[in-house]
Amino acid sequence: MKTFIKFCSILGLILSIFSQSSAAEKVDYLKTDWTFKGLFGKFDRGSLQRGYQVYTEVCAACHSMKYLSYRNLSEKGGPEFSVEQAKAIAASFEVIDGPNADGEMFTRPAKLSDKFVMPYENEKAAQAANGGAYPPDMSVLVKARGGGVDYIYSLLQGYEKAPDGMILDEGVHYNKYMYGNKIKMSAPLSDGIIEYGDGTPASVEQMSKDVTTFLMWAAEPHLEARHRMGFKAIIYLIILTTLVYFSMKKIWSRIESEV
Amino acid sequence: MSEHEYKPKSKVGQWFNDRLPLLTLANHLTDYPTPKNLNYWWTFGGILTFCLITQIITGLTLAMHYIAHADMAFESVEHIMRDVNYGWLIRYIHANGASMFFLAVYIHIFRSLFYGSYKSPREIIWILGIIIYLLMMAAAFMGYVLPWGQMSFWGATVITNLFSAIPLVGEGIVTWLWGGYSVDNPTLTRFFTLHYLIPFLILGLVVLHIWALHVPGNNNPVGIDIKKPSKDTVPFHPYIVIKDGFALLMFMIVFAFFVFYSPNILGHADNYIEANPMVTPAHIVPEWYLLPFYAILRSVPDKLLGVVAMLSAILILAVLPWLDTSKIRSAVFRPLYRQFYWILVADVLILGYVGAMPAEGLYLLIARVATAYYFLHFLVILPVLGFKEKTIPIPLSITEPVLGGNPNLAMAKQKESKIE
Amino acid sequence: MSEKKTKRRDFLFTATTAVGAVGAAAVVWPMIDQMNPDASVKALASTEVDVSSLNPGNTITVLWRGKPVFIRRRTQDEIDEARSVKMEDLIHPEKDEDRAKNPEWLVMLGVCTHLGCVPLNDKGDYNGWFCPCHGSHYDTSGRIRKGPAPWNMEIPKYEFVNANTIKIG
Repeated sequence: MKTFIKFCSILGLILSIFSQSSAAEKVDYLKTDWTFKGLFGKFDRGSLQRGYQVYTEVCAACHSMKYLSYRNLSEKGGPEFSVEQAKAIAASFEVIDGPNADGEMFTRPAKLSDKFVMPYENEKAAQAANGGAYPPDMSVLVKARGGGVDYIYSLLQGYEKAPDGMILDEGVHYNKYMYGNKIKMSAPLSDGIIEYGDGTPASVEQMSKDVTTFLMWAAEPHLEARHRMGFKAIIYLIILTTLVYFSMKKIWSRIESEV
Repeated sequence: MSEHEYKPKSKVGQWFNDRLPLLTLANHLTDYPTPKNLNYWWTFGGILTFCLITQIITGLTLAMHYIAHADMAFESVEHIMRDVNYGWLIRYIHANGASMFFLAVYIHIFRSLFYGSYKSPREIIWILGIIIYLLMMAAAFMGYVLPWGQMSFWGATVITNLFSAIPLVGEGIVTWLWGGYSVDNPTLTRFFTLHYLIPFLILGLVVLHIWALHVPGNNNPVGIDIKKPSKDTVPFHPYIVIKDGFALLMFMIVFAFFVFYSPNILGHADNYIEANPMVTPAHIVPEWYLLPFYAILRSVPDKLLGVVAMLSAILILAVLPWLDTSKIRSAVFRPLYRQFYWILVADVLILGYVGAMPAEGLYLLIARVATAYYFLHFLVILPVLGFKEKTIPIPLSITEPVLGGNPNLAMAKQKESKIE
Repeated sequence: MSEKKTKRRDFLFTATTAVGAVGAAAVVWPMIDQMNPDASVKALASTEVDVSSLNPGNTITVLWRGKPVFIRRRTQDEIDEARSVKMEDLIHPEKDEDRAKNPEWLVMLGVCTHLGCVPLNDKGDYNGWFCPCHGSHYDTSGRIRKGPAPWNMEIPKYEFVNANTIKIG
């Protein structure tokens, strides 16, 4: 029994070392306290709503979010805008629908069931408008980067003057946290670039945190449900394991042998 | 199947059993005499059955929502994660389930290596097990391709290109595997078909594996042949059932932590980027459970020989019962083998580690040494050890120390290893 | 073994089995629920139709939730016919006034209530619809009059957004 537990913990250790090592080189990212980490981690609603504002007023000019729908904005576990607010947000975007009875495409205000409108029609158009670099879709961006939320949070604040001797082509910027330190996106945030509806001062740090929180939710919309269910599942398993353990002891006590 | 005839109590039961002896089978399974000294390493057979069934059930449900098309696969996975009721749960169980399956199978294999369970008369069980393991790797590899992320695409490209190492026909085989001139939609649809098929082949082989096991019966930590049924055995139900159940629950707690609290830690971030045939990710790394073989592949500088080395590393296991010349099964009574066994474990872990690292400099050197040692273990150390090793005397029965007077040296050793 | 001891053991086994069974049942639910309509399907609940070009006596068929919806602009004769039927003559008694709030417009699911085929327009013994699969006859209000179907064709939730646009759902 003891050997078993010991072995399990050693294996867990080995597994985590492996998963650590398979990620690219470690960089010291900027740290902040994310409310959604940990056993009971939940999103900060205010931060999610502000994060949506940053996304839609800053990022959405170039970055699509094609797997999200406007209805998601009012769903539980997300920014939890009211249904009316979400409808109003949707209605402020135009989508192409059709063909109508005459066989023609037409535009109409977006509905809750529509996917987020994309800034460019396709990847090529996005590349053409951004000097050849495709601004990645942001739906699962957090999960698609080794450093996760810490990486995105740091990157947004990682713009600096290039060190002496580094030659940057036109349209390329230096970023401390970018892989290879060269990034085509110019610094997207600056203090006060937007005005938060709830009056929070829009510092670069605050906006980075909010938009990263929003991106985390976008990539993992069921995170809160997962944490809730996980806690229940593990408590349940521990109870059942205990019961089975004592049942096993009882059963094996019938014979002269130990388990 | 049974030496002593089983007679159902009820008339209907008898009538049915005469025509289809399912009740005899059930009786055989519940009464199956199992050595009573099996330790927790023996519970992984049951855990693996659980893993297989979990993968099949979650896989079937995912297949109801997944779309095997290059343009839609990635999106359909996101649809499962976002919109399908409990879709995120089912997918995370399936994805992490693959890792848990391999974790359990490696423990199962190394248990067999330690206690010599592959030796006569259990060679067929062992070989069936190796075939299952090979099929598992194929299923896992093809399953990893289905989400059609960057790692899916480039993993598929790299692995299928292994076949191009075959002289003369290699290129033709690769084109045939792809159904085109690169990994593309035809490749994805056939991988999906095979990924769906293989688990059922595994299930069939598992039945044979268990059938073959029930002919000689379980090996045990002492590694001696025992009389069945006897004082040395307990009926499978309830003794082993409850013990397997307990171990399974412990396993499920670990499983649940992965699924609910770090569902993506065993995966790779690049697989959340949709497949792009124009850009290769900076580091292509297979899933952790394939890393040791990946390290062996990369440690050989020649393309064909690298592939041969990797395949041999797996296939060498199939002939292991004949490479190991020792008559003694359990490592408990083989002091030298026991040391070499742990060196092998370390060797495989090292191979796994360097497999995740870039193939250059010191890592490459370590990989080469570790690869050489891997083959040395099976091809030289094991055969020689069987003749040279001075083994500890084995006891006559499992219950000997309880029944007999003075426990001998072997018994003391056995006790010691149990405490460890 | 004392009786007390036996009882406690029995309780332990019962409790273990019961807790295990609860867990097993809880695991089954997600596997069943995943086959129910998902969030994106539920979100597509409504559709808007422009009916400005529809002349009296004509029907258009639009798709809503994967099923055909008949929108018929009825003639005065059809309205009169539908409204003059006695309730006793109906298999599934429903007033036309309840089925078509605005008498000129009949909006209903074009699905036969027998086994789900799509009935044909302007056919059958009652000048309404006729289902070719098993011969159900519907009148100009979409009510079942003859044949195996048990109920009238269903009226979905709909509203006139403006004079020319109907929103179904």
